[in-house]
This record gives sequence, C-alpha cells and structure tokens, in this order.
Amino acid sequence: MKIMVAIKRVVDYAVKIRVKSDKSGVETSNVKMSMNPFCEIGLEEALRIKESGLASEVIAVSVGPSQCVDTLRTGLAMGADRAIHVEASATLYPLSVAKLLKALADVEKPGLLILGKQAIDDDCNQTGQMVAGLLNWPQGTFASKVVLDKEKEVATVEREVDGGLETLCLDLPAVITTDLRLNQPRYATLPNIMKAKSKVIKKFTPQELNVDIKSDLEVIQVTEPPKRKAGVIVSSVDELIDKLKNEAHVI
Amino acid sequence: MAARLLRRKALTNLSAPSSSPFSKSSFSVQRLISTLVLGEHEGGSIKAQSLSAVVAAKFLGEDNSISMLLAGSGPSVQEAAIHAASCHSSISQVIVADSDKFTYPVAEPWAKLVQLIQQKGGYSHIMATSGSFGKNILPRAAALLDVSPITDVIEISGPQLFVRPIYAGNALCTVRYTGSAPCMLTVRSTSFPVPLTSANSKSDVAPISQVDPSTFGEDMVCKSKYLSHTSQDSERPDLGNARIVVTGGRALKSAENFKMIEKLAEKLGAAVGATRAAVDAGFVPNELQVGQTGKIVGPELYMAFGVSGAIQHLAGMRDSKVIVAVNKDADAPIFQVADYGLVGDLFEVIPELLEKLPEKK
Repeated sequence: MKIMVAIKRVVDYAVKIRVKSDKSGVETSNVKMSMNPFCEIGLEEALRIKESGLASEVIAVSVGPSQCVDTLRTGLAMGADRAIHVEASATLYPLSVAKLLKALADVEKPGLLILGKQAIDDDCNQTGQMVAGLLNWPQGTFASKVVLDKEKEVATVEREVDGGLETLCLDLPAVITTDLRLNQPRYATLPNIMKAKSKVIKKFTPQELNVDIKSDLEVIQVTEPPKRKAGVIVSSVDELIDKLKNEAHVI
Repeated sequence: MAARLLRRKALTNLSAPSSSPFSKSSFSVQRLISTLVLGEHEGGSIKAQSLSAVVAAKFLGEDNSISMLLAGSGPSVQEAAIHAASCHSSISQVIVADSDKFTYPVAEPWAKLVQLIQQKGGYSHIMATSGSFGKNILPRAAALLDVSPITDVIEISGPQLFVRPIYAGNALCTVRYTGSAPCMLTVRSTSFPVPLTSANSKSDVAPISQVDPSTFGEDMVCKSKYLSHTSQDSERPDLGNARIVVTGGRALKSAENFKMIEKLAEKLGAAVGATRAAVDAGFVPNELQVGQTGKIVGPELYMAFGVSGAIQHLAGMRDSKVIVAVNKDADAPIFQVADYGLVGDLFEVIPELLEKLPEKK
C-alpha cells in the first residue's frame, strides 16, 4: 500500500508576522519558512506506518511555487521515498489544492492520503475534508491516533473533538488529517539529508493534471487585529481582587 | 395540538420541484437570501452552539429566510426538531433527515445530505458554527457542490463579504465570495453569541418537514463507522460559552496540582481551560485545550496561571474582555496581553485567591 502525504510550506510557527502597510497581505519575504507543523506530523505518521511494515512507499506531495521543492527535500530527508511537486505560482485556495490532490491520488492510487488538519498560515482546516469529498473516501479528521488493520483494510482513527475523543473505523482508502498529539515528528539526520538529494521529485502543472484552477474567492485586504489597551501589573492578590471587582466589574 | 396541525399543514414535499429562491436566470441587484443552517443536537434538543450560525445569518441581509437542517434517527431527532422549531424566532423552517445512517453525525452521509438539500432548495447560503461538527462536515459538502467555503468567520460585512483570522489571529483577512450560489461558511461562536432567551412565543413555531427517506440511496453507503466517544464532564460550565475561564499551564507540574485550577474555577463558577503543554503532559484531557488549534474562547474574564503566552495560545483567548495573568516570570509574553498581571508564584497566589475571593453569586 502506498501512502501519500500532502505538505505545505508556510511561515515558521515561531515567527512574529507583520502585516504589509498596503494591506495586501502578510510580509513573507526574508522570513523563515518551514514545513507546516501538522504536515510534519502527517509525514511522521506515514513513515511509522511504513516502518511497521504496513505500507510499501511514502510519497510526499506539495502544491505551490518553486520554493516548495525545499520543503519536499526536507520531507525526503525525513524518510519519504519520493516526492511530487505541482508547480503553481498563483494563490491557490483549498478547493483547487483538493482538486490537484485528487488528480494525484487518481494517478498514484494510495491506500491512505494524509494531510495536516490545518495550515498555520491561513488556518483554513478545509483541504483534507474537501479532497475526501471529491474522492468519495471516508475521512478521519483531527486524528490523535491511527491504527491500521491491513487484513481488514480499515483504519481505526481516534479524533479530538469538542467533547473529547471520538473513535471511527474507516474503510480504506481513506483521508486522515492530523492533530497535534498524533506523534512527535523526527528530525532529519545529516546522512538522510545527503541521501535525499538523489531522491526523485516529479513535477506536474495543473494543466497536465487536467485541473481547472477555479477562483471564487477574492482577498480584499489583510489588516491587523484591534490592539488591546495596555494592562497594569498589580502587586498583590488583594489589589487584583479589588481591581476585578471594582474596576473591571467581572466578579 | 396546534403545533402538530401547523406541522402537517406545512409539510413540504421535498421531492416535488420547488421554485428556487435563488434563481440564476434572473440576476437582479437585490438577490434573495435564504440560508440553510446545519444544526447539531443532543438528547432531544439543539446545541446552543448551533444557534450562533442562526444569529450570524441575520447579518447576511434583511430578509433572510433561515432553515435549520437536522439529521439523526428516531425520537431524539424528532424531539430536537420540535425544539428547533421554537428555539429562535429567526428559524422559519426545520428540515429533518431521519435515518439510521445519521444515528451518529459522521461527515460522509451528512455532506451528501447537504448536497441533496441544496440541490432541491437552492439556498444562497449554507452555514454552520465552527466547532468540530461544522469544521468536519461543511468543507466536504462544499467540495461536493464545487464551492470554496470560508471558514471561521468572525465578522459578516455583507452577503458575500467576510472577515476571518489568519496566522493564529495575528492578522485579519477580508475575503469576498465571487462564485455562484451557494456561499458556504462556518462562523466562530464567540463572535456571534446567542442571547440567553431567544425562544419565541408559542404562535411563532416554524414548520417541520421530513426528508423523504428514499433519497438516502446507495450513494449514502457509509465507509465510516462510529465506534465510541469519551463524554465530557457536564457538571462544569461549557468552555465555549462560560462567562469566566480559568486556565492552567505546564507550570502546574502535575495533574494533581491542576486540581487547584479546578477548585478556583468552581469557586468562580468558571470553566477550566488548559494550554497545549498541560494537555500534552497529561494533566487534563484534550477538550480543555485553548488555542489556535484547540478551543477559541471569549469570556468576560480569562485567568491564566503559569501560562507563558505563546502565540498559539493567545490565538485562542485574545478576544476575552478581561485577561488576568499570574506567572513567576516577569518577562513572560502573556503580560503583554493581560489587563491585570501579577508576577508571583501560582502555588501561593491560587490558595490566597481561594481564601479571599467572594463566593460566586
């Protein structure tokens, strides 16, 4: 069974972002970029499944501009067998990404398609659900535990939901989106980084995949959130209680 | 009874052709707005969270006809439908899909159901609240309808114009939907709070219609089976809509120590929250996590103990009205957002608070 993992190149999670003064977006030039943390977790899970003998190959895929190749190299260094880059320079919304991933899944026919539950730049939390809908595959979103039964061809997925944890049993092939506690991703070791240089990254364009990039959303502006009024440091519990009661009127 | 007569009278035969309120052939400046809200129910009543989508729908336009779609099986969904019909004056119709395919809300049959109902009803907007139910189902339904959804909306500026947070809430994105109907979105419940008493008078009960069961055909064969779920502690106020939230971080050091947070929460009649670090360390279960990828809260009072104030945690609570932070480290980033900060040891501060706080009213 093949596992396909979609990974996204995003602004590093520790970066304090700045909104551009012309309100056209967030400043991303000269800013540290990394693999989306949830995508790292997805790739780690795929690698563990392969290492347990339940999958034969892990394919990392990424959709976006040429710099995506850097993120794919990191994925290959972590242990993915090969990678696919769908080159697209325009901003792609989740629906288009989902259509491209579906086209790739139709070609590669993986038993599992793993994505991060959300990208930390747009925080959309949509792509996994959308590609599952397009493929008509079952979905296990916000997964905190995945157990594969290759014989029965099912995946038992424990999910983090509002009320706690929910467990579903999905027929394969299936789409899984990862939540934070699914695993702790490995670091790429230096020998693996060297090996990754010779692994294959295949390129596609949306046209080659017969996907029409639809644009039904338009970003009007990007602004900063309202700033909070500066707070005060209190010196004692008594003062805190007094302020909460008599100034803020919350207790 | 009158309600039953009303229901029978208004029973819409959904398999008959209906005139779509959103007609593509007659494009006029003033589009008719009609909204389908995906409702969540439990134990025979509508979950309060679902009503945020109803409250938000009113911002789409003056004359918005709002229908609530429920799916389930047997008496519990029928009871929930009765509740939905009178729980909010803006709901003008309740549609019920009653089938054992919907015994538990899994995404696959739900998304197909939304697609079916949309094809018959032609709504201009489809909405859900941005909780694990809405987030799981709405994007899948949007893909089936070939629509780009807009998720986690915090402000509705027009029928096709929305504001949503990006980069963990450090930026706000205003986005316009430029496609043809339906416009699909999920809304944050903290941005569209539900007023406490929104039940309307008895004479305003919305009609309830049942989806023809024969529509749940072969393509609804479910490849996903619900097995089990852990249940939430229902004694404490719900984190999503509590007036006060008390949160603990990793500095609590153990699950045993975390009980101090729980005691303080009890004294204040508050909900308990936690940082990712505290959940990862096993002090508390995952449903208490507040943050970019956990729950988003906006209480009147948010008290953070031993919380450093990482960007990802702030994303979940920065809209709280009053923020209090207690931390030993005077340089902790949390103090930059706190209205009242106390530099001190939480192991001393919490017992003192427990002693000196007035009893909750």
